[in-house]
Amino acid sequence: MSSVRSMASACALAMLHAPAFAASDAELAEIRNEIRSLKSSYEARIQALEQRLKEAEARAATQPTAPAPVPAPIAAAPAASAGSAASSAFNPSISAILNGRYTHTSRDPAGSAIPGFRPEGEIGPGRRGFSLGESELVLSASVDPLFDAALNLAVTPEDTVEVEEAYGRYLGSSIGMTPKFGRFRSGIGYLNEQHAHAQDFADAPLPYQAFVGGHYTTDGVQVKWVAPTEVYVELGGEVGNGDAYPGAQRTHNGAGAGAAFAHFGGDFGDNASWRAGVSHLRTKSSLEEGEGEVTGAAASRLTIADFVWKYAPRGNPREGSFKVQGEYFDGRIREAASQSGWYLQGVWQFHPEWRIGARYDRLDPGGVDDVTQAPRRASAMVDWNPSEFSRVRLQFSRSELAAGTTDNQWVLQYILSLGAHGAHRY
Amino acid sequence: MRSLALSLLVVVMAAARPVAAELNIFATVPEWGALAQELGGDKVKVYTATTAQQDPHRIEARPSLIARARAADLVVATGAELEAGWLPLVLQQAANAKVRGGTPGYFEAAAVVPLLGKPARLDRAEGDIHAQGDPHIQGDPRNIARVADALAARLAEVEPANAAYYRERHRLFAERWTAALARWEKAASPMKGVPVVVQHRSFTYLIAWLGMVEVVALEPKPGMEPTTAHLSAVLGALEKKPAKLVLRAAYQGDRASQWLAQRAKVEVVVLPFTVGGSDGAKDLFSLYDDTLQRLLKGLG
Repeated sequence: MSSVRSMASACALAMLHAPAFAASDAELAEIRNEIRSLKSSYEARIQALEQRLKEAEARAATQPTAPAPVPAPIAAAPAASAGSAASSAFNPSISAILNGRYTHTSRDPAGSAIPGFRPEGEIGPGRRGFSLGESELVLSASVDPLFDAALNLAVTPEDTVEVEEAYGRYLGSSIGMTPKFGRFRSGIGYLNEQHAHAQDFADAPLPYQAFVGGHYTTDGVQVKWVAPTEVYVELGGEVGNGDAYPGAQRTHNGAGAGAAFAHFGGDFGDNASWRAGVSHLRTKSSLEEGEGEVTGAAASRLTIADFVWKYAPRGNPREGSFKVQGEYFDGRIREAASQSGWYLQGVWQFHPEWRIGARYDRLDPGGVDDVTQAPRRASAMVDWNPSEFSRVRLQFSRSELAAGTTDNQWVLQYILSLGAHGAHRY
Repeated sequence: MRSLALSLLVVVMAAARPVAAELNIFATVPEWGALAQELGGDKVKVYTATTAQQDPHRIEARPSLIARARAADLVVATGAELEAGWLPLVLQQAANAKVRGGTPGYFEAAAVVPLLGKPARLDRAEGDIHAQGDPHIQGDPRNIARVADALAARLAEVEPANAAYYRERHRLFAERWTAALARWEKAASPMKGVPVVVQHRSFTYLIAWLGMVEVVALEPKPGMEPTTAHLSAVLGALEKKPAKLVLRAAYQGDRASQWLAQRAKVEVVVLPFTVGGSDGAKDLFSLYDDTLQRLLKGLG
């Protein structure tokens, strides 16, 4: 093929050179220009022809059902054509998140409790001094064309390993449905599905701590459905064992907890986007009819309303962005009185690498334990993100969980992520 | 219970049946949106997930993107890890089996183009590198022609009923493109050998096509913000090896390039980078017209 090309250009050159013997310099330059343009257009045309020929050959060679014929690249690109999905570089894709901190509190965290609530789980500011937060190890991959799965192991500061999540997903649905099964973070609320390292503050908001012990995870089955509409509509339902707080371990067949949620979202022009939702969670009592044992735990119900609004100039969050989010919790936990709580937070990324944020959380214990003052907390943070894979954060919280018990909490935290490129979750 | 679930499923399936007659195309970046429109004409409805003002690496899996991917018949992505941070998540959440990776409904442009700039060392200490090579392939219009060949074939495969239509549109496009290519290459001849500074290593293909010489990048490592220390080093390097232009894409911040332009004798050229990146870059043809015009103007 290249010999054809050189012959063609040689012919062109020879033909054009012949009458140019007695030409002046200006004429010569003009002719040279002409030759150059002729040559380049010839080359382009020949290239296009080559391309078509190769395509035709490829089409002839591959069976009609094979994926689209791939024209052979001109300068061979060996690995590139093989890879199709982005995460195929590692199989399974592995990532580790290291999360450590230095905590300084003005009151002893050992005695920290939220008056009117008795949550189990990750509560309070954690231990004083240097400590490892939760380190996470995540493995995920496609199982086969129909399933994918993920395993998320958390190493707690106490050096025990917990299975944070371990789930499979069925991918074969063409109607927008994703069944998920195993252990997973429930789809309720906005923050619940986000792991600690992805959140904007060093600790979970008070309502999350008080109502679900930091976050709600269940062993069970979840089905999500996304509507084929321009506005984002996601409906989901779950059934699970309900072992985790506010549920309690049961010895019975069937499900111990159920949840339903609906999320909506979209864009406001090029600059802003939003998501809002409502969720409802119910956990069954561990005290079943006909059985004499009293464990103390009882049925709970919880409703969450959440919203998030994000703004980035021209929709480009690289240079700067602003985000407001808030959630409202209302429920009866273990048949206590009706209680509620909320938080509201804003985070401003004022430089590609720097963000500042403020958050206010408040709880209403609803008369349980004769609490006279609503537990509340105000936090401010600044974090530095030199790349997508590292973050260093300083957070100050002024926490007043009971009257006259103001606690000033400082947290200096690092989050490092190794391995597979993390997803930019909304 | 089972019959209830079954009837619910039937209702949901009926509600979910797509109503549009056109082929819904979800393009991740404007250049593929524009190309899909050129090839698909009025038989396709194109949604472009990002604009030229957005850094395609840093997009979030926004609800609107999930909703659009849910209704798509064909996803046209760049690949080579350009959209690694958001597209897999969008596609997973959209739960649309038609456009999953490995199916005919998922097209990756980088798979049909010889990639440049494959990193010699795969280590995050090198910054946010792309293991398969530089994904910003639209810098070279010859790559557009290659992708057009493959995309036209894919359109015909996904919707065989309109195969002849797509083939004809592709033939016309390829003809116009070949003519334009000759025009561009002729116009761009003064760019050959011009030393340039780039903000992010996103102009590899443009530089290779026009025969320019990349002297240095303003980002110390790909994806990292330019620091004052690194910019001072760049300034020092430019004294030994002067460059004529600083190239910056429309979506990139202007701090670093302005800093440099004030101190070194270089001209900042803001390039549209993709369709919609400037007022002039309205479609694929005007993208290169505008790019060349800006480069030549910067050269003075």
